[in-house]
Amino acid sequence: MTPDALTLDNIRKTFSSGGRVVHALSGVSLSVGKGETLGVIGESGSGKSTLGRIAVGLEVQSSGKLFIDGERVDDMSAVMRRRRLRQCQMIFQDPYSSLNPRLTVGHQIGEGLYAAGVSDWREIRSTVADLLERVGLPRDFADRYPHEFSGGQRQRIAIARALAPGPEIVVADEPVSALDVSIQAQILDLLAEIRRENRLSYLFISHDMAVVARLCDRVAVMHRGRVVESGPIAAVIENPQHPYTRNLLDAVPRFGRRRTGRKPVPVDLPLHGDGDRFVSVGEGHTVLQASEDAAAG
Amino acid sequence: MTSSGNPYLTVRDLTVSFQGKGGEFHAVDRIGFELDRGEILALVGESGSGKSMTSLAVMRLLPQAARMSGRITIAGDDVASLPRRQMEDVRGARIGMVFQEPMTSLNPVLTIARQMTEGLIRHQGLSRKAALAAARSALDDVGFGEPDRVLSQYPHQLSGGMRQRVMIAAALALRPGILIADEPTTALDVTVQAQVLDLLVDLKSRLGSGILLITHDIGVVAETADRVAVMRHGRIVETGATDAVLRNPTHDYTKALLASHLTVEKALGLRPAEKGAPSRS
Repeated sequence: MTPDALTLDNIRKTFSSGGRVVHALSGVSLSVGKGETLGVIGESGSGKSTLGRIAVGLEVQSSGKLFIDGERVDDMSAVMRRRRLRQCQMIFQDPYSSLNPRLTVGHQIGEGLYAAGVSDWREIRSTVADLLERVGLPRDFADRYPHEFSGGQRQRIAIARALAPGPEIVVADEPVSALDVSIQAQILDLLAEIRRENRLSYLFISHDMAVVARLCDRVAVMHRGRVVESGPIAAVIENPQHPYTRNLLDAVPRFGRRRTGRKPVPVDLPLHGDGDRFVSVGEGHTVLQASEDAAAG
Repeated sequence: MTSSGNPYLTVRDLTVSFQGKGGEFHAVDRIGFELDRGEILALVGESGSGKSMTSLAVMRLLPQAARMSGRITIAGDDVASLPRRQMEDVRGARIGMVFQEPMTSLNPVLTIARQMTEGLIRHQGLSRKAALAAARSALDDVGFGEPDRVLSQYPHQLSGGMRQRVMIAAALALRPGILIADEPTTALDVTVQAQVLDLLVDLKSRLGSGILLITHDIGVVAETADRVAVMRHGRIVETGATDAVLRNPTHDYTKALLASHLTVEKALGLRPAEKGAPSRS
């Protein structure tokens, strides 16, 4: 069996703020198979973005192990780790702030190639043009600056920049949230195409269940620093088991339903502890069960 | 307050334009609509459609560089002809406003009590005590169980959803005829969005508020609005009862907007068509 492209094993992350300790991640484990897209869905404060930042090395976990291609990277030397983590590239939500306004588009994409060891500037130039073409932009856009582009075009540039070092894994944190719906569809299609051609693995972080359903093979639902449910996308959506997953799905606006204005009966969400275990509810579909339930069942 | 028979808010032939490098640019181009109390009208469109400029025009809060023509009447009064001082009374007392980002519309260094009573004291000439009572009852209206606790807090002590409810309460405390809500749930989590939308519908039916809901999300429109106006490039391209427009759109743009709206079900349906989706090894 080939190793998974990316594995996070019992990742914990705590921040201290004003003397208080905040648990951003309380033991998250998940794997992304080769060529697979794993969606991570959750609301603000769920820890999903911290998880993504740890996966690309922008943040270091407090404890837990990180594997790329089956090889543990968190105990490597800094130089080795940096080289290994180049296989993990990131796309951010806001293409306005993730691109440097004072550097040409070509410069920013080319930096990734240079970092990956390409030092011939002519080669860099032609590869940059190829990458621009690949993401649906004219080859000569390399000499322009980010402000000359629309939101959708900028996100294409950000994708080209992520692809430059030849990654095997792309972590995308809300890559389409800032875009109009018609542009969202184009960017999602582009991501799907590139995944197919380059056999990439994606860790796709989003708050939007529809967007996750469009692109992802599997989904992990996060709530308060834990994965509470995960499984094949259709199974989780059609047969949600955790009360939080049900809440989340029910809140998504839909046609054919009218808001009544009446307050819904509040749902008690279980407070999970470290002793809670995952229970299998279908093929590859697991749900975190509160320990009282486990004892009762 | 409203003259009988006439809608509370009428907008006729509204145009908002800016002088640009390449000549005059129309952000809003000869649009018209009406809104009465007890109904929710949604202005829906993508960025640049002119929906927010429309709401700013109604409140006479357009940027200096903007030129406006057309006629906007609120409870019988022509907004354009009102002196500035009187317009300040219209904003607040007749039209309440709720914006997308509650953190930027609340003053971070003032307690909620201070911010909510300020308008009441100024617009309605209430005493501090009466203003506090009105603020308390408005917070109760938007579902805060312990209004006094909220009143003593600062904005940063509240969650995003709570802040947005405080904003709505602050607007409601002045008992405006209509509420303009510009992307009120866009910055909120989806479960919190559901609560705020329920609140808007509740205010409409319980207090008879008229609500102008500005949104880019056609799913939100489907669940909450009685009528909808679809905007594109500054124009209203289609308008009617929400059900009718969403079920039988006639304009190509409305059709396109509906087609590009991604629902969870549609997204799942699209997946099998995708070739080469790998199976887990």
